[in-house]
Amino acid sequence: MAEVATKKKTTQILDEGIERGAARLTTDQIATVVNRVLKTETGARLKTYVETCIHCGLCSEACHYYLSHDKDPRYSPVGKVKATLWEILKRKGRIDPESMKQIALIAYTECNLCKRCAMYCPFGIDIAYLILVVRRICHLLGITPQYLQDTAHSHAATMNQMWIKDDEWIDTLQWQEEEAQAEIPALRIPLEKEGADIMYSVIGPEPKFQAQLIYQTAVLMNVAGLNWTMPATPGWDNSDMAMYSGDNEIMGRIKRAHFEAATRLRVKKIVMGECGHAFRSVYDMGNRWLGWKMPPIPIVHAIEFYYNLLKEKRITVAKKYDEGVTLHDPCNVVRGGGLHEKSRYVVKAISSNFIEMHPNREHNYCCCAGGGVINCGPPYKNVRVDGNRIKAEQLFAAKSRGATTLIAPCHNCHSGLEDINHHYGLGFKIKFIGDILYEVMEKPE
Amino acid sequence: MHDLYNFVSGPLVWVAFAVFFFGCLYRLIRMLALVNQKEKFIFSYMSFKYSLRSILHWSIPFATENMRQHPVMTIVTFAFHFCLIITPLFLLAHVILWDEAWHFSWGHLPEGLTDIMTLVVVFGCFFFLIRRLRLPEVQFVTSASDYIILGIVAAPFITGFLAYHQWFNYPFFMILHIISGEIMLITIPFTRLAHMVLAPFTRAYMGSEFGGVRHARDW
Repeated sequence: MAEVATKKKTTQILDEGIERGAARLTTDQIATVVNRVLKTETGARLKTYVETCIHCGLCSEACHYYLSHDKDPRYSPVGKVKATLWEILKRKGRIDPESMKQIALIAYTECNLCKRCAMYCPFGIDIAYLILVVRRICHLLGITPQYLQDTAHSHAATMNQMWIKDDEWIDTLQWQEEEAQAEIPALRIPLEKEGADIMYSVIGPEPKFQAQLIYQTAVLMNVAGLNWTMPATPGWDNSDMAMYSGDNEIMGRIKRAHFEAATRLRVKKIVMGECGHAFRSVYDMGNRWLGWKMPPIPIVHAIEFYYNLLKEKRITVAKKYDEGVTLHDPCNVVRGGGLHEKSRYVVKAISSNFIEMHPNREHNYCCCAGGGVINCGPPYKNVRVDGNRIKAEQLFAAKSRGATTLIAPCHNCHSGLEDINHHYGLGFKIKFIGDILYEVMEKPE
Repeated sequence: MHDLYNFVSGPLVWVAFAVFFFGCLYRLIRMLALVNQKEKFIFSYMSFKYSLRSILHWSIPFATENMRQHPVMTIVTFAFHFCLIITPLFLLAHVILWDEAWHFSWGHLPEGLTDIMTLVVVFGCFFFLIRRLRLPEVQFVTSASDYIILGIVAAPFITGFLAYHQWFNYPFFMILHIISGEIMLITIPFTRLAHMVLAPFTRAYMGSEFGGVRHARDW
């Protein structure tokens, strides 16, 4: 008789960042750091959350990892808190380096901090916050996934995510300006224009390998006749992987640079591209770290920006996109910013055949790339893809009702969904809203 | 036996109620003091409107997505918590005790009804026990303390039921009933049963964040 199949967790991944970090540590050092964090950085939230949780397990179905792993309890939100934070608290921080590696892997690669579970916990316990505390401890211990840490280093050294040099940044913008001038001769990407209404900001990967997105936005801005600018100095990048690695100090520095660039240019608001985590950083976490209850300068996410352009008829649609379109609601701008109705307004304005996926809006399943997980790099690609079978099922259902194009208005979601799309053979065309908007908008002859 | 009865129904009641009230008060004050000391920003995000909106949604059966996904759990947990609080407050025998001691009385529920409500609580505890034992996602995060607090809650209702019906040894179960009730009161502030007073605050904070900052539902 065949043996009973036992569920096995993903094969152990050897991550240099975590391995070498742990090799330098002793249990005493870990205990010191843990207790310092607990004493100086956490307070009523951590204490109350841990002491109020009644261990009911009702958060489980919120998590795509749990649902995708045949309801393996180790992947439920509370299961992950048990394996990490409860363990740390129970042992008063006396965790051996080997166990700390496991804790780091769970905190960095098996939770996207999407906060769907916060909506399923009857007590509203913020489980993502608890996992962030664990990541903070890991960061201070120096056991972070290597790729993620490299990104954080890039932020620290260059104030952008992709090691882009200052001149390369300017060069890329001027290159895109020239490209776009072939289409609209009078088009400009105004750099360093003091007193403009809008500072447009993007994430590092846009100039690095998605420069066409800057092109598209430049066309939008020019056609809509907006008074806008982009900074030619560090501070142009709104992204923030330090926020996810647990490096709050660097998070603060890059957000300060970002807000200061906008202040120096005396703009009225910052409009940002279709990115979710950057929105979380400028609207929720980074600003708070700097002591701002809300961002010091109004932040307009691309979804809201497009919504306003279409609503005010600054941009008109020549011919709607007619393929079946479904929409992914990114956690950071939907659960984090309530932009789900506006994104639907925009999608319906630019496409003629909109098909909802289910669940949707605040209850949408995570892409499994956010929360820094995709930035942990190739070693964890299978963790992400296997950990989100439920997303593939959700997308397949939308496909069976006629959707062929998947709109994901977030960079992390976009990349994560590409992997899921490919792995599960879903065959979607994945696009940003801006891709379609650029395609269908009325442009001057 | 009489001495013991007098003790548990006299001084120990005072102790139990004092520990319960001051304990709960202590928990709340300690929590708020800690917020004030280390996470003051929380106060600035608190919104009365959104706190209430969230608490209300989570107080109405089937008003949240998660409740709809677990219909049996929803029915049991609402019935359980409702009966857990209402039964001891409006049980005829309890109301008479207050009247005899303080000449202070309020309405009571028919005894047949409170009898059923008692069984609802006991059944609820049994349901939670089975859940802990059988559902992998619950079992995985269950520790000894979870069974202990379940026992603490079930005991006064089981013994109260036996004492009311005067089955087996009445005086023994009566005394056991009083003691177990007192144990429950005393342990509420110092175990995870404190969710009774703390959960509204965690809910309110999440409600405020979702409503005021995130402009999204949290249910």
